[in-house]
Amino acid sequence: MADMVEIRWHGRGGQGTVTAAKVLADACLSGGRYVQAFPEYGPERSGAPLRAYNRISSKELRMHCPVLHPQVVGVVDATLLDGINVAEGATEDAIFIVNSSKDPKEIREKLGATQKQRVIIVDATKIAIECFGRALPNSPMLGAVCKVTGLVSLDALLEDVRKSFGKKFSQKIIDGNLEATRRGYEEVREG
Amino acid sequence: MAKIVAVTGNEAVANALRQVNPDVCAAYPITPQTDMMQRFASFVSDGKVDTEIILVESEHSAMSACIGAAAGGGRVVTATSSQGLALMWEMLFIAAGTRLPIVMPVVNRALSSPLNIHGDHSDAMGARDSGWIQLWSENAQEAYDNTIQAFRIAEHMDIRLPVMVCLDGFITSHSIERIEYLEDDEVKNFAGEYQQLYPLLDVDNPKSYGPLILPDLYMEYKRAQHEVMTRVSKFVLDVAADFEKLSGRKYGLFESYRLDDAEIALVILNSAAGTAKDVVDEFRDKGIKAGLLKPRLFRPFPYEEVASALKSAKAICVMDRADSFGGFGPMYMEIASAMMLNGSRPILINKIYGLGGRDFMPEHAQMVISELDEIAKGGKIKTFKEYIGVRE
Repeated sequence: MADMVEIRWHGRGGQGTVTAAKVLADACLSGGRYVQAFPEYGPERSGAPLRAYNRISSKELRMHCPVLHPQVVGVVDATLLDGINVAEGATEDAIFIVNSSKDPKEIREKLGATQKQRVIIVDATKIAIECFGRALPNSPMLGAVCKVTGLVSLDALLEDVRKSFGKKFSQKIIDGNLEATRRGYEEVREG
Repeated sequence: MAKIVAVTGNEAVANALRQVNPDVCAAYPITPQTDMMQRFASFVSDGKVDTEIILVESEHSAMSACIGAAAGGGRVVTATSSQGLALMWEMLFIAAGTRLPIVMPVVNRALSSPLNIHGDHSDAMGARDSGWIQLWSENAQEAYDNTIQAFRIAEHMDIRLPVMVCLDGFITSHSIERIEYLEDDEVKNFAGEYQQLYPLLDVDNPKSYGPLILPDLYMEYKRAQHEVMTRVSKFVLDVAADFEKLSGRKYGLFESYRLDDAEIALVILNSAAGTAKDVVDEFRDKGIKAGLLKPRLFRPFPYEEVASALKSAKAICVMDRADSFGGFGPMYMEIASAMMLNGSRPILINKIYGLGGRDFMPEHAQMVISELDEIAKGGKIKTFKEYIGVRE
Protein backbone atom coordinates (compact mmCIF):
# COMPACT_ATOMS: atom_id res chain seq x y z
CA MET A 1 0.00 0.00 0.00
CA ALA A 2 0.93 3.71 -0.15
CA ASP A 3 3.43 5.56 2.12
CA MET A 4 0.54 6.64 4.28
CA VAL A 5 -2.66 4.69 4.85
CA GLU A 6 -5.71 6.43 6.29
CA ILE A 7 -8.51 4.37 7.79
CA ARG A 8 -11.96 5.46 8.95
CA TRP A 9 -13.97 3.25 11.27
CA HIS A 10 -17.74 3.47 11.66
CA GLY A 11 -19.33 1.76 14.62
CA ARG A 12 -21.71 2.23 17.50
CA GLY A 13 -20.78 3.03 21.09
CA GLY A 14 -20.02 -0.17 23.01
CA GLN A 15 -18.86 -2.33 20.07
CA GLY A 16 -15.17 -1.89 20.71
CA THR A 17 -14.52 0.21 17.60
CA VAL A 18 -12.17 2.63 19.38
CA THR A 19 -10.32 -0.32 20.90
CA ALA A 20 -9.94 -1.81 17.41
CA ALA A 21 -8.33 1.42 16.15
CA LYS A 22 -5.99 1.46 19.15
CA VAL A 23 -4.95 -2.18 18.75
CA LEU A 24 -4.31 -1.68 15.05
CA ALA A 25 -2.13 1.38 15.72
CA ASP A 26 -0.10 -0.49 18.29
CA ALA A 27 0.33 -3.51 16.02
CA CYS A 28 1.49 -1.26 13.15
CA LEU A 29 4.32 0.32 15.18
CA SER A 30 6.65 -2.37 13.91
CA GLY A 31 9.23 -1.52 11.30
CA GLY A 32 9.70 2.03 12.56
CA ARG A 33 6.33 3.19 11.29
CA TYR A 34 4.43 6.17 12.62
CA VAL A 35 0.86 5.62 13.79
CA GLN A 36 -2.16 7.54 14.98
CA ALA A 37 -5.46 6.30 16.43
CA PHE A 38 -8.15 8.68 17.55
CA PRO A 39 -11.92 8.66 17.89
CA GLU A 40 -14.25 11.52 17.18
CA TYR A 41 -15.39 12.55 20.64
CA GLY A 42 -19.00 13.46 21.11
CA PRO A 43 -21.59 12.65 23.70
CA GLU A 44 -20.52 9.05 24.28
CA ARG A 45 -23.53 6.81 24.48
CA SER A 46 -23.92 3.12 24.03
CA GLY A 47 -25.40 2.44 20.60
CA ALA A 48 -24.78 5.93 19.17
CA PRO A 49 -22.94 6.10 15.83
CA LEU A 50 -19.26 6.97 16.18
CA ARG A 51 -16.19 7.32 14.00
CA ALA A 52 -12.59 6.52 14.75
CA TYR A 53 -9.51 6.99 12.62
CA ASN A 54 -6.09 5.51 11.97
CA ARG A 55 -3.10 6.85 10.10
CA ILE A 56 -0.15 4.57 9.45
CA SER A 57 2.87 6.02 7.71
CA SER A 58 6.52 5.42 6.99
CA LYS A 59 7.07 9.18 7.51
CA GLU A 60 6.44 11.30 10.59
CA LEU A 61 2.74 12.09 11.00
CA ARG A 62 2.27 15.79 11.67
CA MET A 63 -1.33 16.09 10.53
CA HIS A 64 -3.72 16.39 13.46
CA CYS A 65 -7.20 16.37 11.95
CA PRO A 66 -9.88 13.85 11.05
CA VAL A 67 -9.41 11.58 8.02
CA LEU A 68 -11.58 12.87 5.16
CA HIS A 69 -10.33 10.64 2.34
CA PRO A 70 -9.87 7.14 3.74
CA GLN A 71 -8.29 4.35 1.70
CA VAL A 72 -9.89 1.84 4.05
CA VAL A 73 -13.36 2.12 5.60
CA GLY A 74 -14.26 -0.34 8.35
CA VAL A 75 -17.97 -0.65 9.12
CA VAL A 76 -18.37 -2.45 12.44
CA ASP A 77 -22.17 -2.22 12.39
CA ALA A 78 -23.96 -2.67 9.05
CA THR A 79 -27.15 -1.00 10.33
CA LEU A 80 -25.21 2.25 9.93
CA LEU A 81 -25.35 1.79 6.15
CA ASP A 82 -29.02 2.86 6.26
CA GLY A 83 -28.39 6.04 8.21
CA ILE A 84 -25.07 7.51 7.12
CA ASN A 85 -23.01 7.62 3.97
CA VAL A 86 -19.95 5.64 5.04
CA ALA A 87 -18.51 5.97 1.52
CA GLU A 88 -18.24 9.77 1.81
CA GLY A 89 -14.83 11.01 0.72
CA ALA A 90 -13.41 7.49 0.26
CA THR A 91 -10.59 7.28 -2.30
CA GLU A 92 -11.41 5.91 -5.75
CA ASP A 93 -9.59 2.66 -4.92
CA ALA A 94 -10.91 2.44 -1.36
CA ILE A 95 -11.53 -0.85 0.39
CA PHE A 96 -14.73 -1.23 2.40
CA ILE A 97 -14.73 -3.88 5.09
CA VAL A 98 -18.23 -4.45 6.42
CA ASN A 99 -19.47 -6.61 9.28
CA SER A 100 -22.42 -8.36 7.69
CA SER A 101 -23.95 -11.79 7.06
CA LYS A 102 -25.36 -10.62 3.73
CA ASP A 103 -24.14 -11.30 0.25
CA PRO A 104 -21.17 -9.04 -0.61
CA LYS A 105 -22.87 -7.99 -3.85
CA GLU A 106 -25.87 -6.68 -1.93
CA ILE A 107 -23.58 -4.61 0.30
CA ARG A 108 -21.66 -3.34 -2.74
CA GLU A 109 -24.92 -2.09 -4.16
CA LYS A 110 -25.94 -0.45 -0.92
CA LEU A 111 -22.58 1.33 -0.68
CA GLY A 112 -22.74 2.45 -4.27
CA ALA A 113 -19.14 1.31 -4.60
CA THR A 114 -17.40 1.88 -7.94
CA GLN A 115 -15.64 -0.82 -9.98
CA LYS A 116 -12.24 0.21 -8.63
CA GLN A 117 -13.38 0.06 -5.02
CA ARG A 118 -13.29 -3.25 -3.20
CA VAL A 119 -16.06 -4.49 -0.93
CA ILE A 120 -15.21 -7.12 1.68
CA ILE A 121 -17.66 -8.80 4.03
CA VAL A 122 -16.98 -10.60 7.26
CA ASP A 123 -19.70 -11.92 9.58
CA ALA A 124 -17.90 -10.52 12.61
CA THR A 125 -20.82 -10.51 15.02
CA LYS A 126 -21.53 -14.22 14.38
CA ILE A 127 -17.84 -15.09 14.78
CA ALA A 128 -17.67 -13.12 18.06
CA ILE A 129 -20.75 -14.87 19.49
CA GLU A 130 -19.38 -18.28 18.50
CA CYS A 131 -15.89 -17.58 19.91
CA PHE A 132 -16.63 -15.84 23.21
CA GLY A 133 -20.39 -15.56 23.50
CA ARG A 134 -20.80 -11.80 23.09
CA ALA A 135 -21.77 -9.61 20.15
CA LEU A 136 -18.51 -7.62 20.20
CA PRO A 137 -17.33 -7.65 16.59
CA ASN A 138 -14.09 -5.69 16.95
CA SER A 139 -11.57 -8.54 17.04
CA PRO A 140 -12.87 -10.36 13.92
CA MET A 141 -13.02 -6.95 12.17
CA LEU A 142 -9.36 -6.44 13.04
CA GLY A 143 -8.56 -9.85 11.59
CA ALA A 144 -10.34 -8.89 8.37
CA VAL A 145 -8.54 -5.52 8.12
CA CYS A 146 -5.25 -7.32 8.66
CA LYS A 147 -5.97 -9.83 5.91
CA VAL A 148 -7.20 -7.31 3.35
CA THR A 149 -4.70 -4.49 3.89
CA GLY A 150 -1.59 -6.51 4.76
CA LEU A 151 -0.59 -3.64 7.06
CA VAL A 152 0.57 -6.07 9.69
CA SER A 153 1.12 -9.82 9.92
CA LEU A 154 -1.54 -11.97 11.59
CA ASP A 155 0.97 -13.09 14.22
CA ALA A 156 1.85 -9.50 15.14
CA LEU A 157 -1.84 -8.60 15.33
CA LEU A 158 -2.64 -11.61 17.54
CA GLU A 159 0.21 -10.65 19.84
CA ASP A 160 -1.28 -7.16 20.19
CA VAL A 161 -4.80 -8.46 20.79
CA ARG A 162 -3.34 -10.67 23.51
CA LYS A 163 -1.55 -7.69 25.06
CA SER A 164 -4.48 -5.24 24.85
CA PHE A 165 -7.20 -7.62 26.02
CA GLY A 166 -4.90 -9.15 28.62
CA LYS A 167 -5.04 -5.96 30.68
CA LYS A 168 -8.79 -6.20 31.22
CA PHE A 169 -10.11 -9.71 30.63
CA SER A 170 -9.90 -13.32 31.78
CA GLN A 171 -7.86 -15.92 29.86
CA LYS A 172 -11.08 -17.41 28.46
CA ILE A 173 -12.13 -14.10 26.93
CA ILE A 174 -8.61 -13.45 25.61
CA ASP A 175 -8.48 -16.89 23.96
CA GLY A 176 -11.94 -16.31 22.49
CA ASN A 177 -10.84 -12.98 21.02
CA LEU A 178 -7.66 -14.49 19.58
CA GLU A 179 -9.75 -17.18 17.89
CA ALA A 180 -12.21 -14.54 16.67
CA THR A 181 -9.37 -12.45 15.21
CA ARG A 182 -7.99 -15.50 13.40
CA ARG A 183 -11.43 -16.40 12.04
CA GLY A 184 -12.07 -12.81 10.91
CA TYR A 185 -8.79 -13.05 8.99
CA GLU A 186 -9.80 -16.33 7.35
CA GLU A 187 -13.49 -15.73 6.69
CA VAL A 188 -13.45 -12.58 4.56
CA ARG A 189 -15.59 -12.70 1.41
CA GLU A 190 -15.28 -10.32 -1.50
CA GLY A 191 -18.07 -9.12 -3.75
CA MET B 1 17.80 3.19 25.02
CA ALA B 2 14.57 4.73 23.87
CA LYS B 3 11.43 2.67 24.00
CA ILE B 4 8.94 3.22 21.18
CA VAL B 5 5.27 3.05 22.12
CA ALA B 6 1.86 4.06 20.80
CA VAL B 7 0.15 6.00 23.59
CA THR B 8 -2.11 8.99 24.20
CA GLY B 9 -0.78 12.41 25.23
CA ASN B 10 -2.26 11.99 28.70
CA GLU B 11 -0.61 8.60 29.07
CA ALA B 12 2.75 9.98 27.93
CA VAL B 13 2.68 12.91 30.36
CA ALA B 14 1.54 10.68 33.24
CA ASN B 15 4.50 8.44 32.44
CA ALA B 16 6.87 11.42 32.50
CA LEU B 17 5.52 12.32 35.96
CA ARG B 18 6.04 8.72 37.09
CA GLN B 19 9.63 8.79 35.84
CA VAL B 20 10.33 12.05 37.70
CA ASN B 21 8.67 10.66 40.86
CA PRO B 22 7.64 13.92 42.58
CA ASP B 23 7.12 14.23 46.34
CA VAL B 24 3.54 15.48 46.28
CA CYS B 25 0.70 15.51 43.74
CA ALA B 26 -2.67 17.18 44.26
CA ALA B 27 -5.31 15.68 41.98
CA TYR B 28 -8.79 16.72 40.96
CA PRO B 29 -10.56 15.40 37.85
CA ILE B 30 -11.58 17.52 34.89
CA THR B 31 -12.07 16.51 31.26
CA PRO B 32 -9.85 16.13 29.24
CA GLN B 33 -7.13 15.97 31.88
CA THR B 34 -8.86 13.39 34.10
CA ASP B 35 -7.21 10.25 32.82
CA MET B 36 -3.74 11.75 33.25
CA MET B 37 -4.22 12.10 37.00
CA GLN B 38 -6.12 8.80 37.09
CA ARG B 39 -3.12 7.06 35.57
CA PHE B 40 -0.79 8.82 37.96
CA ALA B 41 -3.01 7.84 40.92
CA SER B 42 -2.64 4.21 39.74
CA PHE B 43 1.15 4.59 39.83
CA VAL B 44 0.82 5.79 43.42
CA SER B 45 -1.48 2.96 44.49
CA ASP B 46 0.65 0.37 42.68
CA GLY B 47 3.77 1.60 44.46
CA LYS B 48 5.45 2.71 41.21
CA VAL B 49 6.22 6.14 42.73
CA ASP B 50 6.87 7.44 46.24
CA THR B 51 4.56 10.42 45.70
CA GLU B 52 2.07 11.44 48.34
CA ILE B 53 -1.17 12.08 46.49
CA ILE B 54 -3.74 14.49 47.90
CA LEU B 55 -7.25 14.02 46.54
CA VAL B 56 -8.68 17.48 46.95
CA GLU B 57 -12.24 18.82 46.64
CA SER B 58 -11.61 21.44 43.93
CA GLU B 59 -8.90 22.91 41.74
CA HIS B 60 -8.65 25.90 44.03
CA SER B 61 -7.75 23.41 46.74
CA ALA B 62 -5.45 21.51 44.36
CA MET B 63 -3.34 24.60 43.73
CA SER B 64 -3.52 25.57 47.41
CA ALA B 65 -2.23 22.11 48.36
CA CYS B 66 0.56 22.44 45.79
CA ILE B 67 1.54 25.83 47.20
CA GLY B 68 1.65 24.46 50.73
CA ALA B 69 3.61 21.38 49.74
CA ALA B 70 6.07 23.33 47.59
CA ALA B 71 6.64 25.92 50.32
CA GLY B 72 7.12 22.99 52.69
CA GLY B 73 10.06 21.89 50.56
CA GLY B 74 8.70 19.28 48.16
CA ARG B 75 8.80 18.69 44.42
CA VAL B 76 5.15 19.16 43.52
CA VAL B 77 2.84 18.52 40.55
CA THR B 78 -0.81 18.71 39.60
CA ALA B 79 -2.69 18.88 36.28
CA THR B 80 -5.81 20.61 35.07
CA SER B 81 -7.92 21.92 32.19
CA SER B 82 -10.36 24.70 31.41
CA GLN B 83 -12.71 25.53 34.31
CA GLY B 84 -10.25 23.88 36.66
CA LEU B 85 -7.51 26.29 35.67
CA ALA B 86 -10.01 29.14 35.87
CA LEU B 87 -10.93 28.12 39.41
CA MET B 88 -7.21 28.10 40.33
CA TRP B 89 -6.79 31.65 39.08
CA GLU B 90 -6.36 33.28 42.49
CA MET B 91 -3.85 30.66 43.61
CA LEU B 92 -1.85 30.73 40.35
CA PHE B 93 -0.66 34.24 41.15
CA ILE B 94 0.25 33.17 44.68
CA ALA B 95 2.27 30.20 43.42
CA ALA B 96 4.24 32.43 41.04
CA GLY B 97 4.56 35.40 43.39
CA THR B 98 5.84 33.08 46.11
CA ARG B 99 8.36 31.66 43.59
CA LEU B 100 7.32 28.02 44.01
CA PRO B 101 8.58 25.63 41.29
CA ILE B 102 5.33 23.68 40.77
CA VAL B 103 4.96 21.77 37.47
CA MET B 104 1.46 21.59 36.01
CA PRO B 105 0.41 20.00 32.72
CA VAL B 106 -2.57 21.93 31.33
CA VAL B 107 -4.68 19.96 28.86
CA ASN B 108 -6.10 22.88 26.92
CA ARG B 109 -9.87 23.09 26.71
CA ALA B 110 -12.46 25.76 25.96
CA LEU B 111 -14.03 27.81 28.73
CA SER B 112 -17.74 28.06 29.55
CA SER B 113 -20.19 29.47 28.65
CA PRO B 114 -21.53 27.66 26.67
CA LEU B 115 -20.21 24.47 28.21
CA ASN B 116 -17.75 22.68 25.93
CA ILE B 117 -15.23 19.98 26.78
CA HIS B 118 -13.10 20.23 23.63
CA GLY B 119 -9.75 21.71 22.87
CA ASP B 120 -8.86 25.37 22.53
CA HIS B 121 -6.34 27.65 24.21
CA SER B 122 -8.66 29.98 26.13
CA ASP B 123 -7.77 28.43 29.48
CA ALA B 124 -3.98 28.82 29.44
CA MET B 125 -4.12 32.15 27.58
CA GLY B 126 -6.27 33.41 30.45
CA ALA B 127 -3.41 32.53 32.81
CA ARG B 128 -0.92 34.45 30.69
CA ASP B 129 -0.37 37.20 33.26
CA SER B 130 -0.21 34.94 36.32
CA GLY B 131 3.59 34.81 36.40
CA TRP B 132 3.84 31.15 35.36
CA ILE B 133 6.27 29.99 32.72
CA GLN B 134 4.35 28.41 29.81
CA LEU B 135 5.66 25.71 27.48
CA TRP B 136 3.40 24.60 24.60
CA SER B 137 3.45 21.20 22.87
CA GLU B 138 2.53 20.17 19.33
CA ASN B 139 2.03 16.48 20.03
CA ALA B 140 2.36 13.75 22.65
CA GLN B 141 6.14 13.55 22.18
CA GLU B 142 6.60 17.26 22.84
CA ALA B 143 4.23 17.12 25.81
CA TYR B 144 6.28 14.28 27.29
CA ASP B 145 9.60 16.01 26.57
CA ASN B 146 8.39 19.41 27.82
CA THR B 147 7.13 17.87 31.06
CA ILE B 148 10.54 16.37 31.79
CA GLN B 149 12.33 19.63 30.94
CA ALA B 150 9.81 21.67 32.99
CA PHE B 151 11.20 20.36 36.28
CA ARG B 152 14.73 21.51 35.47
CA ILE B 153 13.49 24.95 34.35
CA ALA B 154 11.14 25.47 37.31
CA GLU B 155 13.64 24.29 39.90
CA HIS B 156 16.71 26.14 38.61
CA MET B 157 18.14 27.96 41.62
CA ASP B 158 18.20 31.25 39.69
CA ILE B 159 14.56 30.90 38.60
CA ARG B 160 12.28 29.04 41.06
CA LEU B 161 9.04 29.63 39.19
CA PRO B 162 6.04 27.43 38.40
CA VAL B 163 5.72 25.98 34.88
CA MET B 164 2.64 25.05 32.85
CA VAL B 165 3.05 22.47 30.10
CA CYS B 166 0.23 22.98 27.60
CA LEU B 167 -1.11 20.28 25.27
CA ASP B 168 -4.29 20.24 23.20
CA GLY B 169 -7.34 18.65 24.76
CA PHE B 170 -8.47 15.45 22.96
CA ILE B 171 -6.39 16.14 19.84
CA THR B 172 -3.23 15.41 21.82
CA SER B 173 -4.49 14.20 25.19
CA HIS B 174 -6.69 11.39 23.82
CA SER B 175 -5.13 10.49 20.47
CA ILE B 176 -2.74 7.61 20.24
CA GLU B 177 0.56 8.43 18.56
CA ARG B 178 3.97 6.90 18.24
CA ILE B 179 6.33 8.34 20.79
CA GLU B 180 9.74 7.56 22.22
CA TYR B 181 10.09 7.15 25.96
CA LEU B 182 13.38 7.68 27.72
CA GLU B 183 14.51 5.10 30.26
CA ASP B 184 13.41 5.64 33.86
CA ASP B 185 16.92 6.23 35.16
CA GLU B 186 17.70 8.65 32.32
CA VAL B 187 14.73 10.81 33.31
CA LYS B 188 15.53 10.48 36.99
CA ASN B 189 19.10 11.61 36.42
CA PHE B 190 18.03 14.40 34.09
CA ALA B 191 15.54 15.83 36.59
CA GLY B 192 18.10 15.36 39.37
CA GLU B 193 17.63 15.49 43.12
CA TYR B 194 15.17 18.13 44.22
CA GLN B 195 16.94 21.07 45.85
CA GLN B 196 14.96 22.82 48.54
CA LEU B 197 14.98 26.58 48.94
CA TYR B 198 13.67 28.08 52.19
CA PRO B 199 11.55 25.02 53.12
CA LEU B 200 8.88 25.76 55.72
CA LEU B 201 9.35 22.29 57.19
CA ASP B 202 12.89 23.19 58.23
CA VAL B 203 11.51 24.13 61.63
CA ASP B 204 14.90 25.00 63.08
CA ASN B 205 15.11 27.88 60.62
CA PRO B 206 11.66 29.47 60.67
CA LYS B 207 10.61 31.76 57.84
CA SER B 208 7.52 33.51 56.53
CA TYR B 209 5.67 32.99 53.25
CA GLY B 210 2.98 35.32 51.93
CA PRO B 211 3.43 38.41 54.09
CA LEU B 212 1.57 41.67 53.59
CA ILE B 213 3.63 44.06 51.48
CA LEU B 214 2.31 47.60 51.31
CA PRO B 215 2.99 50.36 48.76
CA ASP B 216 6.52 51.00 50.01
CA LEU B 217 7.82 47.66 48.65
CA TYR B 218 5.12 45.94 46.56
CA MET B 219 6.25 47.46 43.28
CA GLU B 220 9.88 46.45 43.82
CA TYR B 221 8.65 42.91 44.44
CA LYS B 222 6.67 42.87 41.18
CA ARG B 223 9.58 44.31 39.22
CA ALA B 224 11.75 41.51 40.62
CA GLN B 225 9.20 39.01 39.29
CA HIS B 226 9.53 40.52 35.83
CA GLU B 227 13.31 40.53 36.07
CA VAL B 228 13.52 36.85 36.90
CA MET B 229 11.25 36.15 33.93
CA THR B 230 13.68 37.96 31.63
CA ARG B 231 16.35 35.42 32.62
CA VAL B 232 14.19 32.34 31.99
CA SER B 233 14.76 31.89 28.24
CA LYS B 234 18.51 31.38 28.71
CA PHE B 235 17.87 28.48 31.09
CA VAL B 236 15.15 27.07 28.86
CA LEU B 237 17.79 26.82 26.12
CA ASP B 238 20.40 25.34 28.48
CA VAL B 239 17.95 22.66 29.59
CA ALA B 240 16.96 22.00 25.96
CA ALA B 241 20.63 21.54 25.03
CA ASP B 242 21.08 18.97 27.80
CA PHE B 243 17.87 17.28 26.76
CA GLU B 244 19.04 17.05 23.17
CA LYS B 245 22.21 15.26 24.31
CA LEU B 246 20.03 12.75 26.12
CA SER B 247 17.24 12.26 23.60
CA GLY B 248 18.49 13.53 20.24
CA ARG B 249 15.43 15.77 20.07
CA LYS B 250 16.06 19.48 19.62
CA TYR B 251 14.01 22.19 21.31
CA GLY B 252 14.28 25.97 21.22
CA LEU B 253 12.21 28.92 22.40
CA PHE B 254 10.07 28.30 19.32
CA GLU B 255 10.26 26.22 16.17
CA SER B 256 11.20 27.95 12.92
CA TYR B 257 9.88 25.93 10.02
CA ARG B 258 11.19 26.94 6.56
CA LEU B 259 11.38 30.56 7.71
CA ASP B 260 14.89 31.50 6.53
CA ASP B 261 13.79 33.04 3.24
CA ALA B 262 10.04 33.05 3.89
CA GLU B 263 8.08 35.92 2.37
CA ILE B 264 4.86 34.83 4.02
CA ALA B 265 4.52 33.16 7.39
CA LEU B 266 2.06 31.59 9.77
CA VAL B 267 2.42 31.82 13.53
CA ILE B 268 0.53 28.93 15.09
CA LEU B 269 0.61 26.95 18.33
CA ASN B 270 0.37 23.29 19.22
CA SER B 271 -1.33 20.50 17.24
CA ALA B 272 -2.59 22.73 14.42
CA ALA B 273 1.04 23.66 13.67
CA GLY B 274 1.67 20.07 12.58
CA THR B 275 -1.20 20.16 10.11
CA ALA B 276 -0.05 23.57 8.86
CA LYS B 277 3.57 22.40 8.31
CA ASP B 278 2.37 19.82 5.79
CA VAL B 279 0.53 22.62 3.97
CA VAL B 280 3.61 24.89 4.05
CA ASP B 281 5.46 22.08 2.27
CA GLU B 282 2.75 21.94 -0.43
CA PHE B 283 3.14 25.68 -1.11
CA ARG B 284 6.96 25.43 -1.08
CA ASP B 285 6.63 22.72 -3.74
CA LYS B 286 4.69 25.23 -5.83
CA GLY B 287 7.51 27.77 -5.41
CA ILE B 288 5.74 29.95 -2.85
CA LYS B 289 8.08 31.01 -0.06
CA ALA B 290 5.94 30.12 2.93
CA GLY B 291 7.17 29.41 6.44
CA LEU B 292 5.84 28.80 9.91
CA LEU B 293 6.74 29.80 13.45
CA LYS B 294 5.46 27.65 16.28
CA PRO B 295 5.96 29.25 19.70
CA ARG B 296 7.06 26.94 22.50
CA LEU B 297 7.92 29.34 25.31
CA PHE B 298 4.93 31.69 25.49
CA ARG B 299 5.74 33.16 28.90
CA PRO B 300 8.21 34.76 29.08
CA PHE B 301 7.70 35.63 25.41
CA PRO B 302 10.94 35.80 23.38
CA TYR B 303 10.08 39.00 21.49
CA GLU B 304 13.48 39.76 19.97
CA GLU B 305 14.18 36.22 18.84
CA VAL B 306 10.71 35.87 17.31
CA ALA B 307 11.01 39.21 15.49
CA SER B 308 14.37 38.18 14.12
CA ALA B 309 13.05 34.81 12.92
CA LEU B 310 10.19 36.55 11.09
CA LYS B 311 12.29 39.35 9.61
CA SER B 312 12.08 38.29 5.96
CA ALA B 313 8.28 37.97 5.98
CA LYS B 314 6.24 40.60 4.17
CA ALA B 315 2.89 39.23 5.31
CA ILE B 316 2.22 37.20 8.45
CA CYS B 317 -0.93 35.54 9.70
CA VAL B 318 -1.11 34.93 13.42
CA MET B 319 -3.50 32.09 14.13
CA ASP B 320 -5.20 32.12 17.52
CA ARG B 321 -7.12 29.23 19.07
CA ALA B 322 -8.34 31.64 21.75
CA ASP B 323 -9.95 35.03 21.57
CA SER B 324 -10.09 38.37 23.30
CA PHE B 325 -13.59 39.53 22.52
CA GLY B 326 -13.46 43.05 21.22
CA GLY B 327 -9.71 42.74 20.74
CA PHE B 328 -7.22 40.68 18.75
CA GLY B 329 -6.28 37.12 19.66
CA PRO B 330 -3.63 36.84 22.40
CA MET B 331 -0.87 35.52 20.11
CA TYR B 332 -1.51 38.33 17.61
CA MET B 333 -0.89 40.92 20.29
CA GLU B 334 2.49 39.33 21.11
CA ILE B 335 3.62 39.13 17.51
CA ALA B 336 2.49 42.71 16.86
CA SER B 337 4.58 43.84 19.86
CA ALA B 338 7.56 41.80 18.66
CA MET B 339 7.47 43.30 15.18
CA MET B 340 7.29 46.84 16.60
CA LEU B 341 10.41 46.18 18.68
CA ASN B 342 12.64 45.40 15.74
CA GLY B 343 11.07 48.08 13.57
CA SER B 344 10.05 45.79 10.74
CA ARG B 345 6.51 46.41 9.65
CA PRO B 346 5.12 43.39 7.84
CA ILE B 347 1.40 43.17 7.20
CA LEU B 348 -0.01 41.28 10.13
CA ILE B 349 -3.41 39.62 10.03
CA ASN B 350 -5.19 37.56 12.69
CA LYS B 351 -7.33 34.47 12.21
CA ILE B 352 -9.31 32.90 15.03
CA TYR B 353 -9.75 29.15 14.47
CA GLY B 354 -10.61 25.91 16.24
CA LEU B 355 -12.55 27.28 19.21
CA GLY B 356 -14.26 24.63 21.31
CA GLY B 357 -12.63 21.80 19.34
CA ARG B 358 -13.68 22.93 15.84
CA ASP B 359 -11.42 20.92 13.52
CA PHE B 360 -8.48 22.72 11.93
CA MET B 361 -8.16 21.15 8.48
CA PRO B 362 -5.43 21.47 5.84
CA GLU B 363 -7.93 23.48 3.74
CA HIS B 364 -7.94 26.19 6.39
CA ALA B 365 -4.16 26.52 6.25
CA GLN B 366 -4.29 26.50 2.42
CA MET B 367 -6.84 29.30 2.44
CA VAL B 368 -4.77 31.43 4.81
CA ILE B 369 -1.48 30.91 2.96
CA SER B 370 -3.17 31.75 -0.36
CA GLU B 371 -4.54 34.94 1.16
CA LEU B 372 -1.08 35.86 2.50
CA ASP B 373 0.43 35.20 -0.91
CA GLU B 374 -2.03 37.66 -2.46
CA ILE B 375 -1.32 40.26 0.23
CA ALA B 376 2.45 39.89 -0.18
CA LYS B 377 2.03 40.52 -3.91
CA GLY B 378 0.26 43.79 -3.15
CA GLY B 379 -3.29 42.51 -2.88
CA LYS B 380 -5.91 44.09 -0.72
CA ILE B 381 -6.24 43.21 2.95
CA LYS B 382 -9.74 41.88 3.51
CA THR B 383 -9.86 42.34 7.24
CA PHE B 384 -7.28 42.27 10.03
CA LYS B 385 -9.22 39.93 12.31
CA GLU B 386 -11.35 37.11 10.96
CA TYR B 387 -12.88 33.85 12.17
CA ILE B 388 -12.18 30.87 9.93
CA GLY B 389 -13.91 27.50 9.69
CA VAL B 390 -17.07 29.15 11.00
CA ARG B 391 -20.63 29.06 9.62
CA GLU B 392 -21.98 32.34 8.28
